[in-house]
Amino acid sequence: MGSAFLALLIRDTRLAFSHGSGAHLGLVFFLVFIVVLPIGVGPDLNLLSRLGPAFLWIGALLSVLLGLDRLFQIDSEDGTLDLMTMADLPLELTVLAKTIAHWLTSVLPLVLVSPLLGLMLNMSPEGIGMTALTLFVGSPALTLIGAVGAAVTTALPRGGMLLAILVLPLTLPVLIFGISTTNAVIVEGLPFRTPFLLLGAISLASLALAPFAAAAALRSGQG
Amino acid sequence: MWKLANPGVFMAYSGRLLPWLWAATGAVLAIGLYQAFFVAPTDYQQGETVRIMFIHVPAAWFSMFCYTVMATSAIGTLVWRHPLADVSVKAAIPIGAVFTAVTLITGSLWGKPMWGTWWVWDARLTSVLVLFLMYLGLMALQNAFDDPGRAARVTAITVLVGFINIPIIKFSVDWWYTLHQPASVFRFDGPTIYPTILIPLLIMAAGFMLLFFALHITAMRAEILRRRIRKITLLKARGSTGPGRRTATFTTEPAE
Repeated sequence: MGSAFLALLIRDTRLAFSHGSGAHLGLVFFLVFIVVLPIGVGPDLNLLSRLGPAFLWIGALLSVLLGLDRLFQIDSEDGTLDLMTMADLPLELTVLAKTIAHWLTSVLPLVLVSPLLGLMLNMSPEGIGMTALTLFVGSPALTLIGAVGAAVTTALPRGGMLLAILVLPLTLPVLIFGISTTNAVIVEGLPFRTPFLLLGAISLASLALAPFAAAAALRSGQG
Repeated sequence: MWKLANPGVFMAYSGRLLPWLWAATGAVLAIGLYQAFFVAPTDYQQGETVRIMFIHVPAAWFSMFCYTVMATSAIGTLVWRHPLADVSVKAAIPIGAVFTAVTLITGSLWGKPMWGTWWVWDARLTSVLVLFLMYLGLMALQNAFDDPGRAARVTAITVLVGFINIPIIKFSVDWWYTLHQPASVFRFDGPTIYPTILIPLLIMAAGFMLLFFALHITAMRAEILRRRIRKITLLKARGSTGPGRRTATFTTEPAE
């Protein structure tokens, strides 16, 4: 069972790096988003450095959302998902393996590139470090909650917009604790430990619960 | 509960109950509205605008109650495959959305004279708005499927995921609000409510509860009938093509 889990993880990771997978497009979107914002807000560096953590977080959130439809859609279209449903590996673990692979290939790059974009937004070193750290801790929750939405909308021909509508309200806590942790460091006098621990708690709780919800949704969506 | 699981039995019982339920709803709401608009005194601070609260507060209560009904029904769909549970979820979603919208609109109408603004990013307001967005998402999800059977379980799962998340969202929004404490915002925990205001409020709440159940049962009956029509249409479409060509049948879907 462990080897099947690992094999699926490696398969999805390798597929993401293969030609035409589109896994890197989220990264490009993230960059475009961060370029568009100062053009809308104005090139005031003080304002940008203050809004920087929020920009990076919202950019990462939208980028994750846009990439989510690929999580199950491609496998669902060519029938691979049906085979996975019937395989020995429980569907919950299949979902988990696919989500981990998705996080490694599509979301982790966003976290890694966020310091660079932070520099463009004139953020302080602490701000950049904290944003990257909170994104690292919080992005698994975004991916896992998103995986439930992706599973729900897999059965639908054009679920992209619906996916965003369903998932965005559920990711609000992640966004709030992620940004408030970062702001606690940049703005003095606010508690840092508590929101950070809560952010971690949401990620861990999503890790425990989301695979079950997503697997249940996949099973009923196929019937 | 189990006897009513048969849609036919449910239709018979609810058909007999419904006129009485609507009559009770009308009577209680009439008494409540009369009390609220003519008997209850004006507030010394808020003046006549306090009367908005008689609509606003019950609507807010039952917008949350509606989600609880949906979550309970969703468990019924997933665990017991209760045939009416899914109808109940589907019927409740638009009702909850409207109650939430009424809460937001009346609150905003009250906020303009009281706070001087239509909208503030207060923790309560924001969490009700998020609830409204969740209702809208569920409505969109429910409408995206053309097969009610498949829609049922997927919607039930989404309802339950939302139900687990609502307390977390509420908590996080409270947190966010205390972080961004604005300059001056009205506090809700001011003076305790006097009986002259409380009694009309409770009557209105009872009226809203009756209204919710009357609307819910009416919507459930409509949904059952809609499914019956759909099934009959499908059977008819299949029958008209003759036995030899059954595999190549094209069924006409009724517009929902």
